[in-house]
Amino acid sequence: MANLKELKNRITSVTSTQKITKAMKMVAAAKLRHAEEAANAARPYAERMESMMVSLAAGLEGREGPRLLQGSGSDQKHLLIVATGERGLCGGFNSSIAKAGAKKADELIAAGKDVKILCVGKKGNDALKRKYGHLIIDLVDLSGSKRIGFGDAQPIAQRALSMFDNEEFDVCTLFYATFVSVLTQEVTEQQLIPASIPESSEETENDIDYDYEPEEEEILADLLPRNVSVQVYRALLENSASEQGARMSAMDNATRNAGDMIDKLTLQYNRERQAAITSELIEIISGAEAV
Amino acid sequence: MAETVTMDLVSPEKLLLSDAYEMVVVPGTEGDFAVMAGHTAVTSSLRPGVISIYEGDVEKDRIFVNGGFAQIAEDKLTVLAEEAIHVADLDRTDLEQRIQNASEDVEDAKDDEARRKAQENKDQLEQLLEALG
Repeated sequence: MANLKELKNRITSVTSTQKITKAMKMVAAAKLRHAEEAANAARPYAERMESMMVSLAAGLEGREGPRLLQGSGSDQKHLLIVATGERGLCGGFNSSIAKAGAKKADELIAAGKDVKILCVGKKGNDALKRKYGHLIIDLVDLSGSKRIGFGDAQPIAQRALSMFDNEEFDVCTLFYATFVSVLTQEVTEQQLIPASIPESSEETENDIDYDYEPEEEEILADLLPRNVSVQVYRALLENSASEQGARMSAMDNATRNAGDMIDKLTLQYNRERQAAITSELIEIISGAEAV
Repeated sequence: MAETVTMDLVSPEKLLLSDAYEMVVVPGTEGDFAVMAGHTAVTSSLRPGVISIYEGDVEKDRIFVNGGFAQIAEDKLTVLAEEAIHVADLDRTDLEQRIQNASEDVEDAKDDEARRKAQENKDQLEQLLEALG
């Protein structure tokens, strides 16, 4: 009964695949919890820095601000930072970020701009290097760090800042996935340099008239580079939560599919077995009758 | 009980400290300043130095920050610091490493302004090392 044996082998192999995907789902769930905690813990700093920046920028009132805020006055050279994960098996997470980056690159190239790409995470690099290999200036590998720390974000921000100082680009855009829920992650495109200051919606909060020490310009000049690091850090945290969320739902689906497949194969196996028994019985009975 | 001022000490990774104190001395770029209840609204940048927390006349706690920002409004002090370490936990070798880095910054400085700033940083770190004993 070669066919029966084959079916049995397939059932065993699908069962072990299901075990793996189930385990991966649980690991992703645990990691997601950590990633969410880290993202929540990082929120106060980012929020306060933002409110400080809003009040400072409002205090400038049309005076000449630092270059990081005003931009270099041109938008010819673009730097795209595409932040993805280091591992696959997480549904459309990596590819959708890479796709968003590629789309932007295409648009910019079509508009006659110069584009450079900095990849954070191996997967984005893999996805982009075939078509945009000549545009990729570097790959930042984060696979070594198990949990994203501020120390991981800083070198990326430093790199972007020093490139900006050397006038290697005019506008820097960051691509990452915002964590909405386990099921949905939204690919986000954020302008990093020049800094985009959110419009203050609640006027009441900014009513306080601060004294500045030293002058607004000096504080801003100090604050803006740090803000870039904070934004990168926040994006990386969002990304890691999104990655784990995407992996969790992908693995959940895979587990369910494997379950369906096992059911189907088992049904087929049982039918084949029954058919074999029946045909054996018929052989025996007809043999007995012939005697 | 005297009036207090609430201090939030935040690092990029988490909220480190949030509590009410009588007086907090903050190392501003243009000089240390003490924050007590009723302080005027100020935004200031910080130099690397020590935040001292006072309860009455007694220094209760000392926290080293590696630069950052402070904002004071309505008896609420927010300190944004990329790094904050309790002075008690501060490591001598770690500090020496920082001084080493600072002196490299001094050598690498492109113009006088940057050199002056780097030199200041270095001096402050050295003072801190002395304070540590």
